[in-house]
Amino acid sequence: MWKTIEAAGIAAILAATAGAAAAQTVRMGTEGAYPPYNFINDKGEIDGFEREMGDEACKRAGLDCVWVKNDWDSIIPNLVSGNYDTIIAGMSITDERDEVIDFTDPYIPPSPSAYVALAGQDVDLSGGVIAAQTSTIQAGHIAETGATLVEFATPDETIAAVRNGEADAVLADKDYLEPIVNESGGELVFVGGDVPLGGGIGMGLRESDGELRAKFNAVIAEMKADGTLNAMLAKWFTENTPKW
Amino acid sequence: MSCAEALQAYGLRAIGIGERLLPRSEITLCEQVVLIGSGMIWNLYFAGLALLLGFGFAVLLALGKASASPLAALPAQGFVYFFRGTPLFIQFFFAYESFVLLPKVGVTLDLGFVVMNAETGWLTRAWLGALIVLFLNTSAYTAEIFHGALRAVPRGELEAADSVGMTGFRKFRRIVFPTMLRLAWPSYTNEAIFLFHATALVFFSSFPAWRQQGDALYYAAYFAEATFNPFVAYPIVAAYFVAGTVLLILAFGLVGARLNRHLPREARAKFRFRPQFIR
Amino acid sequence: MIGDCSDPAALEGAAWMLCYLTTPKHMNFYWSFLTVLGLLAVTVPFIMAFGLAGAFAKRARLAPVRWLGALYTTMVRGVPDIVFFLFVPIALDQGIEYLRHRVLCPDMVGPVWVGNDFVVCPAAKAPLSTASAFVHDLYGFALAVVAYAIVFGAFAANVIDGALRAVPKGQVEAAEAVGMSPGQIRRRIVLPQMWVYALPGLSNLWMILVKATPLLFLLGIEDIVYWARELGGMKTQAFDYPHPDWRLWYFGALMIFYLLLTWVSQIGFERLTARASRGMAGAR
Repeated sequence: MWKTIEAAGIAAILAATAGAAAAQTVRMGTEGAYPPYNFINDKGEIDGFEREMGDEACKRAGLDCVWVKNDWDSIIPNLVSGNYDTIIAGMSITDERDEVIDFTDPYIPPSPSAYVALAGQDVDLSGGVIAAQTSTIQAGHIAETGATLVEFATPDETIAAVRNGEADAVLADKDYLEPIVNESGGELVFVGGDVPLGGGIGMGLRESDGELRAKFNAVIAEMKADGTLNAMLAKWFTENTPKW
Repeated sequence: MSCAEALQAYGLRAIGIGERLLPRSEITLCEQVVLIGSGMIWNLYFAGLALLLGFGFAVLLALGKASASPLAALPAQGFVYFFRGTPLFIQFFFAYESFVLLPKVGVTLDLGFVVMNAETGWLTRAWLGALIVLFLNTSAYTAEIFHGALRAVPRGELEAADSVGMTGFRKFRRIVFPTMLRLAWPSYTNEAIFLFHATALVFFSSFPAWRQQGDALYYAAYFAEATFNPFVAYPIVAAYFVAGTVLLILAFGLVGARLNRHLPREARAKFRFRPQFIR
Repeated sequence: MIGDCSDPAALEGAAWMLCYLTTPKHMNFYWSFLTVLGLLAVTVPFIMAFGLAGAFAKRARLAPVRWLGALYTTMVRGVPDIVFFLFVPIALDQGIEYLRHRVLCPDMVGPVWVGNDFVVCPAAKAPLSTASAFVHDLYGFALAVVAYAIVFGAFAANVIDGALRAVPKGQVEAAEAVGMSPGQIRRRIVLPQMWVYALPGLSNLWMILVKATPLLFLLGIEDIVYWARELGGMKTQAFDYPHPDWRLWYFGALMIFYLLLTWVSQIGFERLTARASRGMAGAR
């Protein structure tokens, strides 16, 4: 009996030294407030496209994944200070972010952002008051146009601001806005055209974590090739969402 | 960007003057110091106006609380109890969520000499909405302090006033009010410090920042996020607040000295940075 | 009892509401009220410890200790608590991990800061990344407790310092006259009486502490404010119980909770004061 235990122990040590063949624990940081990408379901668990996709990716990469919630505005600082190992929170790949963290290859193709406003209103998108979530690419985009930017901490509040007339329109990922517009019963409509922003959505990792990045890249490529990702995109998003 | 350039671009950024875009990459120390400093404009604005307006309202509330008539006492007590019994942080959330539900209408105020157009939508903006919350909040705390001081006004002084035939408002203005203020001043100084510090909550609670115009902590948080380093921006904002607090204590000390000028030195109610905070 | 909640879409009215209010997510919300009370219970001893240490440091014979005490108490009073709450947990976390890194992984010589990244060896992570979610929550909670203890300890130090001064000099002199040592005087004369003088200030401090608990939300702890925002926000059909923006109601509930908490505290402190000042002539 003791021999098997010892053997197992030695095997574990060998495996660990040989490059962590034993399941490595990876902490996945997400916001949990951006349906359908990620949200807290009524059971109080993290749910959504990214939960399903992340779990599948971890399974294929042989990683032991744990989900962690973190507010959006501190999600990058907490990654670099090591509170978790990945950001998987609908984060668009941008040059600015790429300077401080690394991204995997995108798992959602570049998908447009869009403006949403109350129906029947004439909105001046380049001079009006536009809501966006703090430190998103959309907020950065509005700051560069002539419009007045109003920032909110959560995506939810940006929609509320349009509903109550505080902001003329909201700029966010179209995939996030689409279910909200569809369910608003004609109260909210898309205005203006789509705005292409960002280089797709990928997982954020510390720049020093090249090994983990390579693992996830391999799995993402595999999931693109065998159609798993497309099936998940179709399940969680609308038919307009670009696929691989 | 040199320091002079940073000062020009961001010195008044918090009130919308200067560079439109916030610094994004290669952020220098100067930019952080200047921009966070410009955010202090808002902290001073909120603290200054809320204290000024709150002072007057607090005197009324304290008198109401001390009044023999339940018609005056009960509402004043209820008001003070409510605002002292709930956290300011939640008050901000609650007020904001209530303000956004108000119908958006414009009101024209004819003040005789000037006609003003007011909008209910302004209530959802920090400059008015948060100011109102801070004003009500500090009124409640200050009223409690004044109420305590009111009860501590020496009976002898009141009897002396009666004996020379002073009554009503005259007695209040010349005897009760000055003594109340003198007794309350040390605690009131502490309340002012608390309120000044509480202004840092404005943009951290529900009130959104417009055109990226926020207070000192808003910009500190921006920099902490943009540079991924909290060890520079937060100490800067802390230093600004320490400086502000010191100035506030000095200013209140001058007023306190004036309130006590008639008393022998050892009888003066001294401001202690210590135990007297009532909150 | 609670009816069948397996198909929320088919429910209406009171049944829907009952099922809605008993979702596991709402249970998290109810639990978070205990988190707040738990934080209060756990922090108070730490605050008192910091307070006593600060107060005695301010009165120490050694000048540097005295300066340190004065610096600590005035420093914290000059800076808004929220700034400390944003700063202390991060600084503490990285400090702990840095020390563990130096001790546990002495063979890694590279710098801890790699570009923007704060990198320590896996063994130095606090807590270990393999630790359960519960341990992580506990660690975050502990950091919050320390942050609160530092800030409110400074307030308590001021209160205790004032109370120590308020103990009548004659009593200390009398104790000296009967030959008590300084330690004995402190234990038998000063400390027991100090509490009576400190009680008004401490009850005040408790009220301030109670009203500072919503700031837990800023420390990344899933407290009542977090859940009120999360539950109250508009819910689309992706959720089992879609509803419009209900945050006003949830914040209203929080208001009532705090009103009750301060009301109960007030009664408690009135009783305590009455008890503590027994046998003291003219004590407030």
